[in-house]
Amino acid sequence: MTRQWTSFNIASVVLGFAFLYIPILLLIIYSFNASKLVTVWAGFSTKWYAAAFANLGLVDAAWVTFKVAIVSASVATVLGTMAAMALMRYTRFRGRFLFSGMIYAPLVMPEVITGLSLLLLFVAVGMERGITTVTLAHITFSMCFVAVVVQSRLASFDRSLEEAALDLGATPARTFFSITLPIIMPAVIAGWMLAFTLSLDDLVIAQFNSGPGATTLPMKIFSQVRLGVTPEINAVCTILVAIVTLGVIIASLSMKYNDVQRARAEQLAMQTK
Amino acid sequence: MGVLLPPRRAGVDIVSALQSIFKRATIWLPYLWLIVFFLAPFLLVAKLSVSEPAIAQPPYLPAMNWLDGPIGWWCDIKTFSISNYTFLTQDALYWKSYLSSVQIAFISTLLTLLIGFPLAYGMARAPRNLRPLLLMLVILPFWTSFLIRVYAWIGILKKEGLLNQFLIWAGVISEPLTIMNTNWAVYIGIVYSYLPFMVLPLYANLEKQDGTLLEAAADLGCSKVSAFWQITWPLSRPGVIAGCMLVFIPAVGEFVIPSLLGGSSTLMIGRTLFDEFFQNRDWPVSSAVAIILLLILIIPIMLFQKSEARAREQGA
Repeated sequence: MTRQWTSFNIASVVLGFAFLYIPILLLIIYSFNASKLVTVWAGFSTKWYAAAFANLGLVDAAWVTFKVAIVSASVATVLGTMAAMALMRYTRFRGRFLFSGMIYAPLVMPEVITGLSLLLLFVAVGMERGITTVTLAHITFSMCFVAVVVQSRLASFDRSLEEAALDLGATPARTFFSITLPIIMPAVIAGWMLAFTLSLDDLVIAQFNSGPGATTLPMKIFSQVRLGVTPEINAVCTILVAIVTLGVIIASLSMKYNDVQRARAEQLAMQTK
Repeated sequence: MGVLLPPRRAGVDIVSALQSIFKRATIWLPYLWLIVFFLAPFLLVAKLSVSEPAIAQPPYLPAMNWLDGPIGWWCDIKTFSISNYTFLTQDALYWKSYLSSVQIAFISTLLTLLIGFPLAYGMARAPRNLRPLLLMLVILPFWTSFLIRVYAWIGILKKEGLLNQFLIWAGVISEPLTIMNTNWAVYIGIVYSYLPFMVLPLYANLEKQDGTLLEAAADLGCSKVSAFWQITWPLSRPGVIAGCMLVFIPAVGEFVIPSLLGGSSTLMIGRTLFDEFFQNRDWPVSSAVAIILLLILIIPIMLFQKSEARAREQGA
């Protein structure tokens, strides 16, 4: 659509983004508030950050959350990429219908049901609830998100490259690692990041599947928020928002840089021909 | 016999064996994982929903013993009890929760469409070089924690919160509004959290629409407003359906938003299930609640899938 940008259009975009960003900005601003009352401004201070870092319960929870997120995102990325390959490349196998159903179902499954069902499994096999069970639960639902992200990349790229490699006698494994994987890498990285943030974020499934000693940061935040808003929690939230925003910006800049590099290399190749 | 084969042939066999191992592992590892951690737990929920509750650890009587063999299974099936399901119909809390979840999700979805459509429309008409930035700005909140975004609204909506302070300062109201712990706070929370889900499919659809259609309509004397309703709106139907389903489906089962922003009178089924499980410790009833919730969600999920399939066909 290339029609003029009317003032109505501009107003709705500005208002829409104001709605999306003002709450987070207020949260960040008030994390630097000197007053204990969250809604009364009493000057700039970083004392709540110091208080957050001194709160051992919060620091422990943050550590648990990061361990779970890194392990579950990494395993989910491997499994999700495999699942995407199975759905898009090795398409002929028995039970494919069930398989694709199981990839898509967790995406729309209410979290309370995913959490409850996994808990029942862990109880049925007599597994102690803790970091391991939370990690297993996170792998399960985030691998499906990874599969969908990677799958869309697999769908959009030129298959003749893979076919050429196979025709020239490369094994499927070799073809995957030296042709397919480098091409789908941006999607694999995006999938890892998505899985990481999903795990970092999850409250409901962790609540069902964690045990004593495995309190994650969202669980900690949730239990404190129920008692009321505190500037300390604002500070923790600001740190989390900063980490995620930085990660997303760095990732998208590096992808852009790679694209530019590739375009330049392609141009050079064309010139030397 | 294998020993007598020439060494080269054996090498080829190993390579082809490795190849098929690679392919098979790629299929079967994620497949098995999902069977163990998705399908089996789900069957356990279904099974538990027909079991009798018990004061034990875990708090239910097994409805089925897998080692009994087919005849034993049949005997077990005969002992299945639908008492958990009949309990759901008798206690008003449950059907009221289902009804009010669907209602809250429906109203929130409409509100999200009302805010999301102008936003997506404005983005689609923005100068071409500005669009990637705008798109990035819609996606960025999606990466920040859901819990934090909901939490941010508590400080804004509560009685002595920033919204009331602002409105009183601006002279719009003289008494603070009570929004926090009402259904309105839940609507705001859902609209805010799920707005990107609405905007992304709408934007994808609106951006692809052919601007010359509107020019043709204008040339033929059609007013801008009626051109919008006769051309843009019908063409954006797939985007509207996709966006609405992406908001409605997760909103029905929402737990975090009603428990942080809603009041004690805000009934939502996700919260009821959670309380049933953690406070009443009635696992069989919470399983039955979960099964019914899924049955309710099947209709919108099928609708969504159908519209997606149609969009894919048209795209191809």
